[in-house]
Amino acid sequence: MPRWGMVIDLDKCFACQSCTAACRMENNTPPAGPDQTGRDRAILWNEVLAFVHGEYPKVEVLLVPRPCQQCDKPPCTYVCPVKATYKNEDGIVVVDYQRCIGCRMCAVACPYQVRYFNWYAPEWPAGMREHLNPDPEVAPRPKGVIEKCTFCIQRLRHAKEKAAAEGRPFNAADYQPACVQTCTGHARYFGDLDDPNSLVYQLSRSPRAFRLLEEMGTEPKVYYLKQG
Amino acid sequence: MENVHRETELERAVLNPLRHTTVQFWLVIGVLSAVVLVGAITLVRQWVLGLGVTGLSRPIYWGIYITNFVFFIGISHAGTLISAILRVTQAEWRRPITRIAEAITFFALILGAIQILIDLGRLDRVLNVIFFGRFQSPLLWDVTCISLYLLSSTLYLYLPMIPDLARLRDRMKPELPLSAVGTLKRWNVETFQHTWRYHFYRILALGWHGSAEQVRRLERGIGIMAILIIPIAVSVHTVVSWIFGMNMQPMWHSTILGPYFVVGAIFSGIATLFLFMTLIRKAWHLEPWIGPKQYDYLGILLLVMSAFWGYFTLAEYLTTGYGTLVHEQEVLQAKLSGEYAPWFYAMVFLNFVVPFAILIRRRGRTPVGTVIASAAIAVGMWIERFTIIAPTLTRPSLGYERAIYAPTFTEIAITAASLALFALLFLLFFKIFPAISVWEVEEGEHIAAVKRKAAELLAAPQM
Repeated sequence: MPRWGMVIDLDKCFACQSCTAACRMENNTPPAGPDQTGRDRAILWNEVLAFVHGEYPKVEVLLVPRPCQQCDKPPCTYVCPVKATYKNEDGIVVVDYQRCIGCRMCAVACPYQVRYFNWYAPEWPAGMREHLNPDPEVAPRPKGVIEKCTFCIQRLRHAKEKAAAEGRPFNAADYQPACVQTCTGHARYFGDLDDPNSLVYQLSRSPRAFRLLEEMGTEPKVYYLKQG
Repeated sequence: MENVHRETELERAVLNPLRHTTVQFWLVIGVLSAVVLVGAITLVRQWVLGLGVTGLSRPIYWGIYITNFVFFIGISHAGTLISAILRVTQAEWRRPITRIAEAITFFALILGAIQILIDLGRLDRVLNVIFFGRFQSPLLWDVTCISLYLLSSTLYLYLPMIPDLARLRDRMKPELPLSAVGTLKRWNVETFQHTWRYHFYRILALGWHGSAEQVRRLERGIGIMAILIIPIAVSVHTVVSWIFGMNMQPMWHSTILGPYFVVGAIFSGIATLFLFMTLIRKAWHLEPWIGPKQYDYLGILLLVMSAFWGYFTLAEYLTTGYGTLVHEQEVLQAKLSGEYAPWFYAMVFLNFVVPFAILIRRRGRTPVGTVIASAAIAVGMWIERFTIIAPTLTRPSLGYERAIYAPTFTEIAITAASLALFALLFLLFFKIFPAISVWEVEEGEHIAAVKRKAAELLAAPQM
């Protein structure tokens, strides 16, 4: 069973936000509009975070693209009262939108704030609504539930189905999330962290590799390569 | 029930508000109902539109609904402490105030549970907690402990009321002989008004007639409940703190949180008891029974809890302050010198400085003094809960940005409505049930009389 993980090279990333846009199109997250975005309510499964250090004129900005960290020890799943969020058999943390009661305890427990709440029923402008991803697995979520990045889990299913249809064994290279596929600078790598021959395995062991809030022991499966 | 026909002074005082209602009372009920109505309308709007109508956002996912939840569960500890602990330790002065304390527990618990329902994004799926609930989540601990507490405090409110209900049944007996009621051909409104109360009390009194066996069983039941309810109450506030403490968030993930919440709960519970017992005492004219002794002794207890609270607060903040953990420091600085500093210092002033200044002297432990101190504590403890929740959530560990939380009208209206509903239920309850446990006070008077007599006999020269 592959242990799906991601490596993001911060040296290659130039914060173009195409990962954010690709994620939005793939996963049908609703546009929030300037008012709600200003109130920190935009739903962005992938976000490019700006860490600002120091004061003018000695300012340093570190831009970090942040999908769900897909922790091996996810604090969010420990606190869910109804098992609406859980690590599935592929090791990916997902949300059952039909079961979630909207208590937001997972969102409070997550140290990375990757969990987004539907404050209102999602809405799309008419033109955008026609172009929603038709996959039922990413059908628009109702109001009052939590949603988050799933490493585009619907693509994993598609890849497995495709391999089965073509009568060949499923290969880890068949599957990659939308953000990885679209990344302009090829800064994102995706694959099996347990396969010593995979690129992500080797990169995750690079001396440049680090993880966010590593000291918390959540064991994220998203690695970053330090900016040089 | 030896003197069925002649009412004692205590009975008259206690039963009078049940029989007669003043205009002022209806006025107060009207105002409270209006506040509840406004809150109910905003709540319906919130259910229709979504939680977006609140001031919550990412990452401040919990706001004043959860603050209210902790606050109401906190004041529910009034009943346990006064009633159960004082009953177990046989403090005689508790007798006139146990009923009021137990009623606070009962209604505060209901209001607390309602806060969680208000806060849910999907109220329609709340039963998932029962269908799919799993004990790994601290939220399930809360559901379990609060349900258990509500159940046991309902029992604990009801059991000691049975003899009083029987007395009400006997006092409210319709003037028409019952046999006549039975033979009336037509059922009319007048007959109904005449008899509903009687039947209401008759059913609730469970056929109590005060036999030795009944008294023995009741005392046994109350004794068991009084002991059982203490650990349940402690567990309730501990698990309320653990919905925060079990998250690895700065200044939440701390071992002191459970005991700190329990102390704060008892503290705010006694303060609420002071407020409501003074209200009922004044409105129902119960001054002869709820007197200086209750204010003095309970005032000392309040002072002790204030000292405990101050000690726990010092322990918590000093320990954090002596560390250098980055995320903890962020939250601590927000409280000591950041945007939450006014709240933090108001909390210390209201919970520690004001109670000490007033209650340290015997002259301060009067109805006026204790009510001022208690009002300060009630507000201060609400602020305490708020400063536990908001600074931590607005300063997430990842630390790329800070959230700002400003509650909206919806949240404020619903908070006001919750407080109004609490007072409303409390007042209406004591329009139907006696505010003082008559039989327990009488029992206390008997015990005191016997003790006096014994002292007299002992002091008398030996034959």
